[in-house]
Amino acid sequence: MSDPSTASVVSTPGAHPTDSAAPATAGQPQSNDKPRGLLGDAWRDLRRKPLFWISATLIVIFLLMAAFPALFAPGDAVNGSLSRSLDKPSANGWFGYDVQGRDVYARVIYGARASIVVAVLSVMGTLLIGGTMGIISGYRGGWVDALLSRIADVFFGLPFVLGAIVILTTFNGSGAGNSKAQIMGLVTASLIVLSWPVVMRLMRSSVLATKEADYIVAARALGAGTGRIILKHLLPNCLAPLLVYGTIMVGSFIGAEATLSFLGVGLKSPVVSWGIMISDGQQFVRVAPGLVFFPAAFLVTAVLSFVMLGESVREALDPKLR
Amino acid sequence: MGRYLLRRLLQLVPVFIGTTFLIYWLVWAVPGDPFAGKCGERRCPDQYIAFMTEKYHLDQNVFVQYANYMKNLLQGDFGQTFSQREISDIILTSYPNTLKLAVVALAIEAVIGLGAGVLSGLRRNGFLDNLVLVSTLFLIALPVFVVGFVLQWLLGVQWGIIKPTVSSEMRWSELIVPGFVLGSASVAYIARVARTSIAENRRADYVRTAIAKGLPMRRVVGVHLLRNSLIPVVTLLGTDLGALMGGAIVTEGIFGINGIGRQVFRAIITKESATVVGIVVVLVLVYLVMNLLVDLLYAALDPRIRYE
Repeated sequence: MSDPSTASVVSTPGAHPTDSAAPATAGQPQSNDKPRGLLGDAWRDLRRKPLFWISATLIVIFLLMAAFPALFAPGDAVNGSLSRSLDKPSANGWFGYDVQGRDVYARVIYGARASIVVAVLSVMGTLLIGGTMGIISGYRGGWVDALLSRIADVFFGLPFVLGAIVILTTFNGSGAGNSKAQIMGLVTASLIVLSWPVVMRLMRSSVLATKEADYIVAARALGAGTGRIILKHLLPNCLAPLLVYGTIMVGSFIGAEATLSFLGVGLKSPVVSWGIMISDGQQFVRVAPGLVFFPAAFLVTAVLSFVMLGESVREALDPKLR
Repeated sequence: MGRYLLRRLLQLVPVFIGTTFLIYWLVWAVPGDPFAGKCGERRCPDQYIAFMTEKYHLDQNVFVQYANYMKNLLQGDFGQTFSQREISDIILTSYPNTLKLAVVALAIEAVIGLGAGVLSGLRRNGFLDNLVLVSTLFLIALPVFVVGFVLQWLLGVQWGIIKPTVSSEMRWSELIVPGFVLGSASVAYIARVARTSIAENRRADYVRTAIAKGLPMRRVVGVHLLRNSLIPVVTLLGTDLGALMGGAIVTEGIFGINGIGRQVFRAIITKESATVVGIVVVLVLVYLVMNLLVDLLYAALDPRIRYE
């Protein structure tokens, strides 16, 4: 890493990280003939970290849970039988039953879907909108930058929970007969609306830092158009911090969605979600602490694994820490 | 400095107007009858509707409404709730409580976060450092409502160490646990920022010089290292105070504190639109001013920064 500028120029984010690292012989510096890029370096670093493997495994499990809940829980998550109301954990219902006699284990498994879908969609939307705005305002500068930055400030000035509650009660109040997909869409939209300014600032500052780099100037001198410079040169070199932030953001959005559902303004009852379960279970916490404990444990584990993944990727990508 | 301040203040104006207008539009101008469900199980009397329409200029478009609202606001008139209670009254009674809670949270953040950050930053990769890293990771991952609920249940209900809810006198001792809950995530961020900052400055030339000329370690850390590493921490604490006061909705709800967060949540749920706007105006103003103060503090703490 004697010459940081070459190290970052060589990076080829389009290729999958595994391509640039020698797969079979870990630790042996036999790939000297081919210079490794930033991502290749990061991947080598990452592979040695137990934290990365633990969090990646957990995330894969959670994603599978969200995609194929029936694989993990054969039980019924939505319908219950009142005869089993508040039953203790048993061989049939591993985590016990809630007040409606629904299987808590099945509900916890099925709850992964709503939380993860909402979080992933919101992160994608936030990155897309915030990233685009950031590139535009960083690259164009001038009045466009000033205008977009002020708009971002407006949304940034709203306290997060407060803003989300206002948006959701307005469009998703108790009277509104929104369908399941509409409710999830509204929660996603409110998360995006309130958090894109952060991504925009991040993107804007890294565009500003790269804009005057030699390779951009060279590309412009060679006659590359704005679109080509942004897509081929600017974007790949500004992507790393965005990806790290995005990963951590998935975790915090899962938490945010649960908070909103807990307050009773986010997802609502036919949807199964950890926040709703905790909110429902808290009245019975003295008789059946499991009703709160199990969804909370899943929620915390899910948030933790995304935060851990982002954390270890950031450490691997940050040359300062090496 | 003066010109910088002026420019910043001028920048605040459009942001303030934008944010408050956004909220105003959200709570007032959304399609639907604003009086639905306001008068219990029956339709509101016509006189009441006429009176309210007149009072809030509901027959005009939202820009005129907003302009009227702002004109009153600038004269210190926050308006009244639907039941004719002065909104400034609500804010004045509940805001001190939130402020008290936020101050406790900030103190806890500063003490625990800074302490953990300094200890782990000085001995990187030691046992303590790893402990701090892991525990901050946990604090970041735990949503506030989970922390609050679990602590309230364990300490308050199961073990009986604290009272589960805070009494109306708001004694400082009662506020320690809610304050910790409110600041839990920020404690982690502050510890991490302090750790990085200390670890970075630990390798700086001036620290090496100070050690080399034989200063005791306590003086090196306390005077040279800490003062120079404190800048990002102070920034974070300052912005956090603004954010804490808007983010106390969950904590205040769990511990039954009659603060601004609880008032605004109640107002949103019961559709007391005027109250919502009034409180949000105050919160946004506090947040913006705090951010400005932090930027100004920058220059005071670090003489290298000049705003001209």
